[in-house]
Amino acid sequence: MKSNSKLEKILEGGHFAITGELGPPASANPEVIRKKAKYLRGNVDAVNVTDGQTAVARMASWAACLLGKEEGLEPTVQMTCRDRNRIALQMDVLGIAALGINNLLCLTGDHQVFGNHPTAKGVYDLDSIQLIKMVKDMRDEKKFQCGDDMDVEPRLFIGAAANPFADPFEFRVVRLANKVAAGADFIQTQIIYNVEKFAQWMEAVRDRGLDKKVKILAGVAPIKSVGAARYMQTKVPGMDVPEAVIERLKGVPKEDVPKEGVRQCVDIMNQLREIKGVAGIHLMAIEWEEVVPEIVEQAGLLPRPQVYQA
Amino acid sequence: MLTTEQKPLEQLLEYLDREKSVFLIGCRGCAEGCHTGGEQEVLDMKQRLEEAGKTITGTSLIDFMCNESLVRMTLQAHEDAILSAESLLALCCGIGVQATSSVVDKIVHPGCNTVSMGGRHGEWREGERCMECGDCVLEFTGGICPIARCSKMLLNGPCGGSSDGKCEVSPDVPCAWQLIIERLTKLGRLDKLERIVAPKDWSVSLMSGAASKR
Repeated sequence: MKSNSKLEKILEGGHFAITGELGPPASANPEVIRKKAKYLRGNVDAVNVTDGQTAVARMASWAACLLGKEEGLEPTVQMTCRDRNRIALQMDVLGIAALGINNLLCLTGDHQVFGNHPTAKGVYDLDSIQLIKMVKDMRDEKKFQCGDDMDVEPRLFIGAAANPFADPFEFRVVRLANKVAAGADFIQTQIIYNVEKFAQWMEAVRDRGLDKKVKILAGVAPIKSVGAARYMQTKVPGMDVPEAVIERLKGVPKEDVPKEGVRQCVDIMNQLREIKGVAGIHLMAIEWEEVVPEIVEQAGLLPRPQVYQA
Repeated sequence: MLTTEQKPLEQLLEYLDREKSVFLIGCRGCAEGCHTGGEQEVLDMKQRLEEAGKTITGTSLIDFMCNESLVRMTLQAHEDAILSAESLLALCCGIGVQATSSVVDKIVHPGCNTVSMGGRHGEWREGERCMECGDCVLEFTGGICPIARCSKMLLNGPCGGSSDGKCEVSPDVPCAWQLIIERLTKLGRLDKLERIVAPKDWSVSLMSGAASKR
């Protein structure tokens, strides 16, 4: 094992994994994390804690991870290249490993113009692929990016994102191959509503044998309202929401839309599970964490496997 | 004046690794003033590359390589020599490399690093093209600069926000990586992107703080 990660053990054990997501508050309130953790504990194998998602200043991912860990979660720190240069990133990598956090998801990050500080200076000293490589070299070679040695390495299970729906489509698999070559152990994809297009991408992934080299977790998210679906369809770059998904939600009375959104999410999970090379699901019930137990239950993914963690 | 420094010969030979024949271009503007791409430097480069076993199919000196239409006109006179070369090597600033790339459907290797634009942008005024990063990356990006034109300055792009050829930041901003991939696809050199580009040396860039270097 590369780390003490529960997620790594579950995936390596051949189990179908499920991970969740938790957004830290835009405040210093630890209770928000504790409350959200209740819905996730025991229902998912690991929980991604976002790093200033949509470029809004929030509680640091590592700090929220520590609070989540106290509540019994297996946290995954998300780390973006937007706000920190290679020095700060490495300092945080060492810190989170020392705090007993086992999983790290390496991201480029949403551009600062989308957030609440659009006049901020973007850093982007590294990109996500360079970040993956840097963390891998720290873990496996005990080397800093500059080449200096360290005595105790950060034993982290390294994750990366993939967006099968961004353009140019044909290049997306090349980019995944580069992430795998850089050192990614697991992949969490963009939210999937267009299962057919995702299946096409997976076919190209299998053609290159990448599903054998990296564990791919397919991203899903339940939709709460028709308006939210329409927003994702038209306003979020790199999202593919087919009209049929919206039509299904429009087909039920307004008060039943959240329930239908949950059912739709479960249906998509079941379809994804059938695609060869999919090792698990990444469930992003953002600001709707209370629905996670129900979704995981309906998808027949409970109880979660127990693994030994040192 | 736009200030350039010649890249080390070893780096240029790495760029030319897969190629035997190359067409050489120099600039009689700023690069001549910097002694990085004038007549003498083009002759010197020709000799050094021939010593390294390369065939130089021709050379050309252009008054201002930042003038795209002048580059187009001048290179037309060398069409046969350019067509018989596998690639071009341009001894000039990053603007000149991009102007050449925009008129020739071949890989244009940057022969110099642009260390300062001296407050100017050459004669090709439309849009930002060079950020004087001091460690030119146009070699593997098909002559389109991701430092100047990608919102996140990615070296291993595109990010997940690229959609319909546009940047996530605005539908008015073309995705530089879409352009790079299209160009390298057209040239049959997408292999240039099938490797991981290492973190950049920002210490040679003005973006690290003007006082730190110059």
